Amino acid sequence: MAPLLEVINIGKSFGSLVANRNITFTVNSGEVLAILGENGAGKTTLMNIIFGHYLADEGVVKCAGRELRGGDPRAAIEAGIGMVHQHFTLAENLTVLENTLVGTQSLWKPTLSSAEARQKLVALTDQFGLYINPDAYVHQMSVGEKQRLEILKTLFNDCRLVILDEPTASLTPQEASGLFASIRKMVSSGLGVILISHKLNEIMQVSDRIIVLRSGETVGTLKTADASKRQLGEMIVGQKIMRPVRRSSRMFDPKIRLQDICTRKTNLQSSMLKNINLAVRGGEIMGVVGVAGNGQQSLAKVMTGHIKPTNGNVIIKGVIALEYTPMAFMELGVAYIPEDRTNDGVVGDMSVWENAVLTETKNTDLVSSTKIVRTLQCRSAAEGICSVNDVRFQSINQPARSLSGGNIQKLLIGRWFARSPEIIVACQPSRGLDEGAISAVHQSLLAARGSGAAVVLISEDLEEILALSDSIIVMYDGYASAPFENNDVDITSLGMRMAGEGFDAF
Amino acid sequence: MRFEARETIPQWLPWMTIAGACVGTLCFAAVLIAAAGAPPLVGFKELFIGSFGSRNAITETGATATPLIFTGLAAAIAFRAKFWNIGVEGQLYAGALAVTYFGTGLIELPPFLMIPFLLIVACVAGGLTLLPMVLLRQFMRVDEVVTTLLTNFVIILLVSYLLEGPWKDPYSLGWPQAAAIIDAGVLPQLVPRSRLHLGFAIAIIAAIVIWFVQSRTIFGFSSKAVGLNQSAARHSGISVTKTIIFIGLLSGGMAGLAGATETIGLKGYLTLDLSPGFGYTGIAVAMLGNLHPIGVIFAAIFMAIIYVGADAMSRAIDVPTYLADVIVATTVLAVLIGQVLVRYRVVIRG
Repeated sequence: MAPLLEVINIGKSFGSLVANRNITFTVNSGEVLAILGENGAGKTTLMNIIFGHYLADEGVVKCAGRELRGGDPRAAIEAGIGMVHQHFTLAENLTVLENTLVGTQSLWKPTLSSAEARQKLVALTDQFGLYINPDAYVHQMSVGEKQRLEILKTLFNDCRLVILDEPTASLTPQEASGLFASIRKMVSSGLGVILISHKLNEIMQVSDRIIVLRSGETVGTLKTADASKRQLGEMIVGQKIMRPVRRSSRMFDPKIRLQDICTRKTNLQSSMLKNINLAVRGGEIMGVVGVAGNGQQSLAKVMTGHIKPTNGNVIIKGVIALEYTPMAFMELGVAYIPEDRTNDGVVGDMSVWENAVLTETKNTDLVSSTKIVRTLQCRSAAEGICSVNDVRFQSINQPARSLSGGNIQKLLIGRWFARSPEIIVACQPSRGLDEGAISAVHQSLLAARGSGAAVVLISEDLEEILALSDSIIVMYDGYASAPFENNDVDITSLGMRMAGEGFDAF
Repeated sequence: MRFEARETIPQWLPWMTIAGACVGTLCFAAVLIAAAGAPPLVGFKELFIGSFGSRNAITETGATATPLIFTGLAAAIAFRAKFWNIGVEGQLYAGALAVTYFGTGLIELPPFLMIPFLLIVACVAGGLTLLPMVLLRQFMRVDEVVTTLLTNFVIILLVSYLLEGPWKDPYSLGWPQAAAIIDAGVLPQLVPRSRLHLGFAIAIIAAIVIWFVQSRTIFGFSSKAVGLNQSAARHSGISVTKTIIFIGLLSGGMAGLAGATETIGLKGYLTLDLSPGFGYTGIAVAMLGNLHPIGVIFAAIFMAIIYVGADAMSRAIDVPTYLADVIVATTVLAVLIGQVLVRYRVVIRG
C-alpha cells in the first residue's frame, strides 16, 4: 500500500530567501510524524505547500500514490488532508455543529441536513475523546474546546491525514495531554498525523518519528524511540547555546504597585481585571502566567499607561499615577515590550534607525528645541543601540520589516533599555525566536534585574517563567493569585492553578 | 500567473511605475484620439502647444496648476497618515467663504497685511471644517470617508444659499455671485496681463515647507510613524490622536488655501463654479505625486497640462474635451495598478 503522504524534493524560495530545499519524507497511516525546528526553519512553509496554500518551486506531493495538484487547497481537502492552523478559523457566532457544516453543504439546498451530521459528529466525539457540546456557540468556548472543534472539523470531512500546527501554543499542560490522548486514538484508528512544534517535550511524548528542519533543509529523520532530547536540541540549533542562569540578586523597595485595580472590557480580545493587588520590587522579576486571555494583556496595558483602570491606583515609585498615557508612564521610567512585536513594536516600513529612536520623540538630545529631528545624532544613537544589542542588519536604512524576528526583538529591547527604565513589562519576549535570540533576550532581562529594575515577565512558556522569575503570579478570569516564590511551584502546580484551582475564594 | 510580495522595495520603483503609468495613459489616449477621427501625433502636438507653446499657454497652465497643488497637498498630507480626507472640495469652499466674509469690506488693511490675513483665515476655516470629522474618527470610529464626502454637499449647498441669498452681489445682474474682494486683498499677477497670480508661488512654497516639515521635524517623524503603523506609534509614546488632529488641520488648511487663492487670485469674487472639482482632482494629483509634496507639484502641473492642452486640442482638431477627464481617470487607474506592482512582483509560471 502506498503511504498516506509522500513529499518528494520540495523546494520553495521567496525572492532570495530559501524557505525549503530538497525536502523529502513520507507519512504512513497509523503514525504521528513530528516536524521539529526553530521559527523560520521552514515548517509552516512546508505545510502550506502540502495543503496547497503555496505552490512549490520544485518537487511533488503525492497523496495515497497520486500526485496532488499544487497550489489548490481544495485538491488537498479532496485527497483527505486536513489542517488545523495555529490561529483558529472558526465562525464565532455559530454553534459547533454549524461550524462543522460550513463548506460541506450545497448552496442550492434550502435546509441543512443537520440530524445526520449531528449523529456523525457525536460518534466522532466519542470515538476520539474530543468531548464538546454540539450546540455550544464558539464564542462561549475555551481555547481547548475550539481546538477540539477544529480537529473534529477535519475528521468530519473524512480526512486521512491531519496536520496540527503548533497545537499546544495556548493550552494548559493538562489540556495538552488531553489533546495527545486524542491524537493517539486518531492514529490507532488508521489516520496519519503531522505535528508541528518547537516544544521538545511534547514531541518526545506523542510522536512516532521526528524530522528536524533547519534553515529550510532536513537535518535528520529519526525514530522517537531512538532520539534523546539533547540530541534533538543540537540538531535544531546546529550548535549548543547556553541560556543564561538566574542568580540571586538584591531586592529594593517596590517600584510599581497596583492597588485594587479593575478594568473594563475594551474590546473582544481584552478581558477585565478584577481587583488586582500586587507589587514588584526593584531587582525582582515577577513572572505572570495564565492561559491566554485571562487578563495578562490588560494587566500589561494598565501597568504601561495604555488603559486607564476603572477603579484603583497604579503607584509608581511611591507616587500615584494620574495621567494614563503611554508617554506619561514612559517618563516615569516604564518600558513596555509588547507581545506582537511586528504590529505593536516596530513600524515595518520605517528604517532600522528610525525605529531605534521611535520612543525618543521627547529626547532633547535627538530633537532640537525647534522640533527639528537631529538626524545625525539619531543615526549614531541607533548604531549604538544596535551594536550593544547585537542587532544584525545590512544597512541602517533598510526597513525594519526586513529584519528577522530575533533582530527585531533585540532592536526593541535595545531601544527601551537605552532609556534605562526602572520598570519593565515584557510580554512573551522570546516567543517565536531562535535559541540565540532567546538567550540574548533572557540576558537583557536578567541584566535589567541586576541593575535594580522591576521586571514583569508575562509568558506562556512555563519553563521560561520558572527559569527567570523570582516570584510568580497566576492569572485566571481576570483575577491574580498572590505571588508564589519560585521554589514553591513547579509546572504541574502552575498548570492546575492556570486551570482555575485556588481561585474559588475570589 | 501569481503575485509574490517583494521583500524590499527600491526607492526609485514607485516613481518609475508612476512614469510608466503616465506613458501608458498617453498610449491609451492616442487610441481614443484616433477613434475620434484625428491623427494621435497631431493631437499630442496640439495638446503640447496648447499648454506650453506660448506665453499665454504657459501662464494658463500655471494658473490651473495652482489650486491643484493645494488640493493635492491636502489629500497627500491626509492620505500619508491613512486619514482618507475626501472632503477637500468642501474645505476648499470653506476657505473661499472665509475670504469672502472677511475680504469684501468687513476688514480693510494694507495689501501686505490683508493678503496674509485672508490666507490665514482661509487656512483656519479649511482646517476647522475638517476637525469635527477627525474627532469623530478618533474618538467614535466614524468612517471619515463618509463624513468628509457628505460634508462637501453640505458646504456647497451652503455656498449656493449664501450666493442666492444674503451674500448675493446686488450689482451682479442676477448672477449668483458674491461681492468682489477689495483691491487690497487681491493677489498680484506674477506675469502681467495673464491669469497667473501670486498663488502659484505660494503653492510651491507651501509644498516645499510641507516637505521640510514632513522630512525634518519631529511632527513629520511622528506622523510618518502614525501613518504607517498607528499601534507601534502609540506603543512608542507618540500621541496618535494629537498627531492626527494636526494632520487634519494641515490638510484642511491646504484645501482652504486652494479656495482662497482661487477667489482672491483668479476670480476676484466667489461663485458657485469656483471649483470644477479641484478637490476631487486633488486626490488624483496626490496619488500621481506618490503622496510626496514635491511630487504633488509635478503631478499638478501634469494634470494642468492635460486639462489646458485638451481644450486647445479639441479646438484645433475637433475631438471632445472630455478626453482630458478620460486621461486623468486613466492615469489614476494606471497609478493604482502600478502600486500593486510596486508591492508585488508578477511571476508568470504554472
